Amino acid sequence: MKMNINFKNRVACVGAGMTLFRRRLQETPDELMWLAAKTALDEAGLTIRDIDCIVFGTAPDNFDGIHMQSEALADGGGAINKPYTRVFVGGGTGVFSAIAGWWHVASGLCKRVLVIAEEKMSHVQPHPQYLFHHIFDPVTEKPLGVNLIWIFALEMHRYMYKYNISKEDIAKVSVKNKRNALDHPAAQLGAEITVEDVLNSEVLVWPVQKLDISPVSDGAVAIVYTDEEGAKQLTDEPIWIEGVGWSLDTMYWTNRDLAFPTYLYYAGKMAYKMAGIHNPRKEIDFAEVYDPFDYKELHHMEGLQLARKGEAPILTREGVTERDGDLPINPSGGLLGVGNPIAAAGLMKVAEVFWQLRGEAGRRQVKKDVVTGLAQAWGDLMQVGTVIIMRR
Amino acid sequence: MRRVSIVGIGSTQFRPETPEKNFKELMYEAASRAYIDAGIDPRKDLDCVITSSEDLWEGVAIFDEYVPDQLGGVLKPVFTVGGDGLHGIIHGYMLIKTGYFDLVAVEAHSKASEIEDIDKVYRFALDPIYIRPVVDQPHGLAALEMMNTMRLFDITYDILDMTIMKNHLNALEWGSTYARIFDYENIEASEYIAQPLREVDISPHTDGAIVTVLASEEKARELTDDPIWIDGVGWATQSGRYERMLHNPPVALNTAANKAYEMAGIENPFKELDFAEVDDRYSFREPASLSMLRLDGGNLMEMVSEGVYTLDGELPVNTGGGFLGNGYPLEAGGLMKLLHAVKQLRGEAGSNQLDDPEKALVSTRREIPSSSYAVVILSR
Repeated sequence: MKMNINFKNRVACVGAGMTLFRRRLQETPDELMWLAAKTALDEAGLTIRDIDCIVFGTAPDNFDGIHMQSEALADGGGAINKPYTRVFVGGGTGVFSAIAGWWHVASGLCKRVLVIAEEKMSHVQPHPQYLFHHIFDPVTEKPLGVNLIWIFALEMHRYMYKYNISKEDIAKVSVKNKRNALDHPAAQLGAEITVEDVLNSEVLVWPVQKLDISPVSDGAVAIVYTDEEGAKQLTDEPIWIEGVGWSLDTMYWTNRDLAFPTYLYYAGKMAYKMAGIHNPRKEIDFAEVYDPFDYKELHHMEGLQLARKGEAPILTREGVTERDGDLPINPSGGLLGVGNPIAAAGLMKVAEVFWQLRGEAGRRQVKKDVVTGLAQAWGDLMQVGTVIIMRR
Repeated sequence: MRRVSIVGIGSTQFRPETPEKNFKELMYEAASRAYIDAGIDPRKDLDCVITSSEDLWEGVAIFDEYVPDQLGGVLKPVFTVGGDGLHGIIHGYMLIKTGYFDLVAVEAHSKASEIEDIDKVYRFALDPIYIRPVVDQPHGLAALEMMNTMRLFDITYDILDMTIMKNHLNALEWGSTYARIFDYENIEASEYIAQPLREVDISPHTDGAIVTVLASEEKARELTDDPIWIDGVGWATQSGRYERMLHNPPVALNTAANKAYEMAGIENPFKELDFAEVDDRYSFREPASLSMLRLDGGNLMEMVSEGVYTLDGELPVNTGGGFLGNGYPLEAGGLMKLLHAVKQLRGEAGSNQLDDPEKALVSTRREIPSSSYAVVILSR
């Protein structure tokens, strides 16, 4: 095991919990937060009284139709007369809230921190995609009537064109992740599908088809951090946070080459430097990369230097990214399979890395022995990459 | 343990309307001033940029995406806190304390004048089933809070009137557009907005932006000879339910303050602090905050009538005129107070300058219906 020499205070993850990911869950957002927090605290062997600080993550404010959403949901997270804060970087918020939790402990200010991410998308009527219309520049972009699928179609097209990638290869990601999700007890869309199913599904905005996309979901995830001393008291198997990184690119996305996620390259570089990783492809044992669309998994693998530019589809085709492969990617089933309650989906990835490293992932456990795992999320206007690296 | 300091601060003017600039230009102006003040090149030197905002103040979803360009934060670690600017400062403080970050910029701004119907935004923050249908505008809730606060802390209208006059007087020096010289007759002529809340008890909204640059100890020594140190920070949220908080004292402020006092090694805040900048979004919040911060010496009425909190007093409060005098800049509220405190500590407060202040407290609360408090202790 490599010791991280950069920090005085090491941070350990000692518990994780999540709710089901479903469309139209009956629970209110507060209740979802409470459920996730309760399972995480139970797993860590703590109660809310033991927690010093609470970090909350949720992506846009408007899903719940409440201004200052974090304040309205404080009770659900147990933030009653406690330090409580909300951070956000759009879709990258899930992993970012885990990063924010890290600095609460690493700074020495808090000893035990509860990180909760919650998203309830399904009560936006008629469809959450309408809300995403408002993330665009009100003067130059909104009048065009854009939504997220449009711009991701642009990005996917550019990526396919530049590296000469076929739709079949990209569809393999969807097939793999949905199959992986069959083993996830909280998954929304686990399924045994074929490449043909993806290629024959409804075209939304070419080249994006229905089975290329993750679903609309509700859900919440929570994790618990402690300092080094606390971790040793609580468990024999703490999982250490070894590196974090994030980076935000310019909001003028029209001026960037969409074929390569530069922001993620920078975020990964920051995290690798912190964790002392020089060759990510060799030193990262498995990764949970953000896959709201199937091409994004490939795109992000390249941004994280887990594959060379244009190489990720080849790795996928050769089965390297399968659960029993050399570099398992999204053994949980990812957003395509488990579901995509935006911020919660990001934190689900962190939780999955935690469970995998502890060997507690059950039927989802990857075949090889894993020591170092990485979780990543992405958001805003194709603009932000957030990365966290954990070690056993 | 490495210390954290403030090495640069810059702001725009605070005005009721800023039609000549959009929010990005306001941010840019404040940021340029802060970076010049700190003597840094943001593109090369900054390790992280933090902004504080909420989507609905801005009229866009995921406001975070709109910030990096004008702050020099492109392809750097940038994020947004759904909280007051002072919460942003606390995050910056923690980042530097981890040992991995050296220079962090914290931004907050208000473009309240562009919000078409700000009361509707406030209503949107209330519980959609139980409260929103019965509350028309936020001042109604503030009036309930006022009634309860006046009862809990024995606050009389005399105390409020003196607070209002003091803050407006202090604000005159800062060139505030709202500041005026009050006498009792003006105040008595003020109309009730929702009894017992009068028009003069409410801080009007203002536009403006502030950027602060935080640095680690080593970096601060390189950049400046007289950094302002952050000795302690504390933050807490009381509850998510405004209706439940209404009947209780703001204990979360006490929780936040105790944490900050403990970190700064302060046992008797009234004696050890030289001045304080506390929340005065509504006039009654200032005396109530002073009580919860243990700055009232046990007898609020006596303290106020003896002028303890005026500029010549023992513990000047809101030396910059607070929100009552300058207007309330939404999430930039905490940073406005911080700006006033930093100017005092640096000896740049003009005719408001206190005699050699060393230690100061800055505290704030987010807007109704939030109960999130933040406290920061500064020293020279």
